[in-house]
Amino acid sequence: MAVLTIAAAVAAMTLRNLVHCALALTVAFAGLAAAYLQLDAQFVGFAQIFVYIGAVAILLVFAILLTRGGEVPGQSVFSSSWVWGGLAALAVFATLAWAIQNSFASQREPAETVQASVKQIGDALMTQYVLPLEVIGLLLTAAMIGAVIIAMKEEGKE
Amino acid sequence: MTPLAAYLLLSAVLFSIGLAGALTRRNAIIVLIGIELMLNAANLNFIAFWRFGENPEALTGVLFAIFSIGIAAAEAAVGLALIIAIYRHYRTANVDEVNSLKG
Amino acid sequence: MFNSLDQLFVSLKHWLVGFAPAAWQPWVSALISAAAIIGVFALLFALVTVLERKGLGRIQNRYGPNRVGPAGFLQFAADGIKALTKEDLVPRAADKVIHFLAPIVLVMPVVLAFSVLPFGRDMVAVDFDAGVLFFFAVGAAAEVAVFMAGWSSRNKYSLLGAMRAIAQMISYEVPLILSAVTVIMMVGSLSTVQIVAAQGGYAGWLPDWHVFTPWGFAGFVLFMIAATAESNRSPFDMPEGESEIIAGYFVEYSGFKFALFFLGEYFGMFAISAMAITLFLGGWHAPFEALVWIPSWAWFFLKLMAIIFTFIWIRGTVPRLRIDQLMNFAWKFMLPMALINLVAAAVWHFMPTGLARWLVGVALVVGPYLLLGRGLMQNQNVGKRIYRYAD
Repeated sequence: MAVLTIAAAVAAMTLRNLVHCALALTVAFAGLAAAYLQLDAQFVGFAQIFVYIGAVAILLVFAILLTRGGEVPGQSVFSSSWVWGGLAALAVFATLAWAIQNSFASQREPAETVQASVKQIGDALMTQYVLPLEVIGLLLTAAMIGAVIIAMKEEGKE
Repeated sequence: MTPLAAYLLLSAVLFSIGLAGALTRRNAIIVLIGIELMLNAANLNFIAFWRFGENPEALTGVLFAIFSIGIAAAEAAVGLALIIAIYRHYRTANVDEVNSLKG
Repeated sequence: MFNSLDQLFVSLKHWLVGFAPAAWQPWVSALISAAAIIGVFALLFALVTVLERKGLGRIQNRYGPNRVGPAGFLQFAADGIKALTKEDLVPRAADKVIHFLAPIVLVMPVVLAFSVLPFGRDMVAVDFDAGVLFFFAVGAAAEVAVFMAGWSSRNKYSLLGAMRAIAQMISYEVPLILSAVTVIMMVGSLSTVQIVAAQGGYAGWLPDWHVFTPWGFAGFVLFMIAATAESNRSPFDMPEGESEIIAGYFVEYSGFKFALFFLGEYFGMFAISAMAITLFLGGWHAPFEALVWIPSWAWFFLKLMAIIFTFIWIRGTVPRLRIDQLMNFAWKFMLPMALINLVAAAVWHFMPTGLARWLVGVALVVGPYLLLGRGLMQNQNVGKRIYRYAD
């Protein structure tokens, strides 16, 4: 499962055809959702499928088609500074892997019974975390209006 | 390797792949995809630490992941709207060619 | 006696599972559930295709299929053999891998969606804590399949059809889920089993179904309209309008893959009808207390057939909408109504039982309906159309 997720992520980053990239990304999202389910986080797993596969992936393919990304580009798909980018990513991975291997926290055993029922999540959202919830509602509204205004045709220009 | 380390390593690999993609690809949409991957890797970390953490009944990791999914959705919408606006202006979605500050 | 009949399939499953070694029992149990769901609904699919053609025939004043088998009821077998033996064409320009995967990706989530639906007392494959969320989440995966099919065919019409289908599905998903949220809010659970259990009582001669409340009725109507759009059925069948874009996103499919699309579409319709039954029509509960002796699964399938019949009826009666009308309807009417309905449900919840609650509830639903309807109909000539002919 992890192998599939990683393979899909690599494919999403390297394939030449943008639509293939978006579809590979969908597979990676599904793999991550499966990982959440494995970790007993059922609600987050379903939310992941719902938001990422149902909304973000569709949004991506729409954007790809609107910007004529469906055609395979003739020139290289990598940007001019790709060497430095790749080196930076490798360095980041090396640091993270080193930290994980040497951290005492990674020796922990999982807690016996973990419950994240929908009821508990709802209670927490409505009591302790009600302010973040309101803020995120406001943020989503602002983002929606902003996105519509940005993507709207500029009057008279076209 | 312990289970927690395995999850963390998976998350690190995904983060690095996302970072590499965001830094090396030409197309702005792929850059956005890379950013999404990095966000997802961070989410996986939250969930893994919640599951293996001190007091899982506090649900902190799960709630953080939920909020982060919501923010990621907003970010994708705004990012793609920006890319479409840029495409309309420059007729390209290539980050190398969008380098002029003049409108 | 009645009880054993009611639990017939559950006992049968337990009996079968008993043969397996203890370690394997959960797997065997899941396998039997899956096999039963796929078998029963494949049979229902076969039956409904014939019924739909016959029903449409009757509405259009013709006979419909009546040659194969008794009264034409074996038509599905003929169709199936034809689909299986046809040549499987793949366009030369098509993206082969994605073209191949699309029908599979379409059918798989739809079948998964059945796993959270309670078909009778104790008859649910898995009772997820977040069952309704699971149902809608896997439903969302169908959109990806539609895109894959439309894009990989490298055909203008299929791409256009796919884009229309996705735009329509995303737009109608919002009111669909919002009308389901009212029920979730009132029951206080995302589990399908608990939603059905909450509708088990009888208040006087009316059962405690959600459809028999003002907000429930409005929610049910909204849900069914959105469900019609979501399963791409007439009058919302723009994505595959034969007269406009041939057959939409599956033009380039033939043979078995086309049959899979057909199957996926009908399975989607069954699943969403079953969800409507679970949310609003009391699941497997009997409508009258005197009729409780009829097995719960029989009630469920009776209700399912009734809803499917309504779908066929609507398809035979209502003409197709235009794409801009469809989008306007989703965003300007369905979405505000669904939101107001949410408020109506909340008010209903906090008012004491009695006539006042009914009056306020009805007013909260009917008032906005009239206002919105009138508001949208302004400046629109909806009178009798006058045709002018060349003299």
